[in-house]
Amino acid sequence: MTGAAAGPAASGIRFDRVSVAYGGNTVLDRLDLTVEPGEVMALLGPSGSGKTTALRAVAGFVRPASGRVYLGDRDVTDLPPHRRGIGMVVQQYALFPHMRVRDNVAFGLKARKVYKTETATRVADALELVGMSAYATRYPRELSGGQQQRVAIARALAVRPGVLLLDEPLSALDAQLRSGMLAELARLHRELPDVSILYVTHDQVEALTLADRIAVIDQARLQDCGTPQELYRSPRTEFTASFVGNANLLPVTVGSGTVAFAGRDLELFTTDATAGATATLCVRPHLVGLGDGPNALTGTVTEVQWRGSTHRLYVDIGGHRVKADLRELREPPALGQKVTLHFAPEDAVLLPAVDQSAPEAVTATGGAHG
Amino acid sequence: MASAVTTTSRGQGRGRAGWVWALPPVAVLAVVLLYPLALVVQQSVTPDEGSTSLTPYADVFASESFRSALGTTVWLAVGSTVGCLVLGFALALVIAFVPFPGGKAVAKFIDVFLSFPSFLITLALLFIYGTVGMANGVWTDATGASEGPFHFLTTPWGVLLAEITYFTPFVMRPLLAAFSQLDTAQLEVASSLGARPARIVRKVILPEALPALAAGGSLVLVMCLNEFGIVLFTGAKDVTTLPMLVYGKAILESDYPAACVVAVVNIALSVGLYTLYRTVSRRVGA
Repeated sequence: MTGAAAGPAASGIRFDRVSVAYGGNTVLDRLDLTVEPGEVMALLGPSGSGKTTALRAVAGFVRPASGRVYLGDRDVTDLPPHRRGIGMVVQQYALFPHMRVRDNVAFGLKARKVYKTETATRVADALELVGMSAYATRYPRELSGGQQQRVAIARALAVRPGVLLLDEPLSALDAQLRSGMLAELARLHRELPDVSILYVTHDQVEALTLADRIAVIDQARLQDCGTPQELYRSPRTEFTASFVGNANLLPVTVGSGTVAFAGRDLELFTTDATAGATATLCVRPHLVGLGDGPNALTGTVTEVQWRGSTHRLYVDIGGHRVKADLRELREPPALGQKVTLHFAPEDAVLLPAVDQSAPEAVTATGGAHG
Repeated sequence: MASAVTTTSRGQGRGRAGWVWALPPVAVLAVVLLYPLALVVQQSVTPDEGSTSLTPYADVFASESFRSALGTTVWLAVGSTVGCLVLGFALALVIAFVPFPGGKAVAKFIDVFLSFPSFLITLALLFIYGTVGMANGVWTDATGASEGPFHFLTTPWGVLLAEITYFTPFVMRPLLAAFSQLDTAQLEVASSLGARPARIVRKVILPEALPALAAGGSLVLVMCLNEFGIVLFTGAKDVTTLPMLVYGKAILESDYPAACVVAVVNIALSVGLYTLYRTVSRRVGA
């Protein structure tokens, strides 16, 4: 019993042009990304985008074809997983079914040969942190999904990792539990400010709620990176605008001080594109209003969805489908009815039309958007 | 009330119908299996004179040959089972968790292997380690000696080797099934928490494989207790197990009561072990 590995591990993660390929198929392409000590970075993207591969490269379960992975200042690319000093929580929790809760939490400490007395203290602390002290002697099968999730987090935190990897940790929970656990994770991060968290998810709400910064990944490449506010308000790419917030993306032609869409000139604040160029106008559905106003556009209602507190209208404008999320309407328009939508110039963002076949590589370091 | 009466009478009708359907298989079972078994038990308590007596039991239990055969049978069965468990666990671990080219084909071959007759394996071992087998042939060719060093096949160790070779896949099959159900994320999380591979095997994989090990192990134990073909084919003259003793008493000595006594002891051993396995596996929730 040495207790040698008991101290806090290095915090912060750095991907240095990390590529991963399976049988010639590149699943992660030259990822450059830095997660600062104490920062929560969400890797957001659709299934198969490469975000879990990036997490597994940090954990040591996939070996990069090229590039290096750093934890703190330490190059861990060639280290086996058990020597990396990380904590990890996966989608289905992966608790050891034959062990009681306290033994699950103590597993990493025993593997690291931490003194017995210290193990007991740290197990108790970790269980208290996640509010599971009363369940220490239960088996995982005797716990609910949310409770199992808490134990999995306690198990990962008991080893005091500098880096915590969370791989879709809430996706197995129902909506109500998920919301509660999000708040729990936010609280945990406030209590453990030195731990860097890499949070893999395909759920934009989780990413927006929890992350200090979000890295958007698609087709094995980092598409965008920034704070949730930056990505939501001024996305860099069409993919980011669409995946984060499901924005309206309208093809426009840039004029002098305005853009042309469906035969109308629209006023914008951001019109630094070259006149005559084609671009994409990004407007969030909840920033679109019904009735006359600035940048008014008239079209035909093709679908009306009641969503409780809101109505979503789908309106065909010049052959383009525009979405509008409106506070619940007393008298929603009928299908086929002509309606006028509008949006404020400051609520729209102009995106450059990007050649998707060769997307520009994004390098993301601390604090910088894109 | 009326509906309750109807339900009850329907239930009784269903019960009667169930018995009717159960009768044919029970009758077949009784004729094919239970009746011959009863005859064996009856013969074991019927000495040559024709009266019912436990004398055959007393005579057999007092004989040195029986006690020796019982001891040989038990140690061979236990030794083979332990060997199969150790080898089977190691091989199943490699096949399930260490990716290598042809791994799936090997796993499929295990299924095929289970259908092989036991004497075939013994025959194969004879070709390799027999007195005029390959191993001794290579040795004599290389050294010019008149005979090779491998003569263990006709000893208990040869029987042990043959039984381990033949029965190991019976342990591997349930283990591979259990390993395929194991959540690999558990192994990854264990590794990320600082556990080395040996610790993961000991603390995560082994406990979860225990029911499969118990199932495979008890199956092998019972089969080894009753194994006849392997012992016969190795030609090990000094290795007498209970099934060999039954064969000797019944066919060579025509001592049917004694043969039946040994057979009853063999059956009691097998059934006892099976009962023990069921009890233990129920307790551990397998």
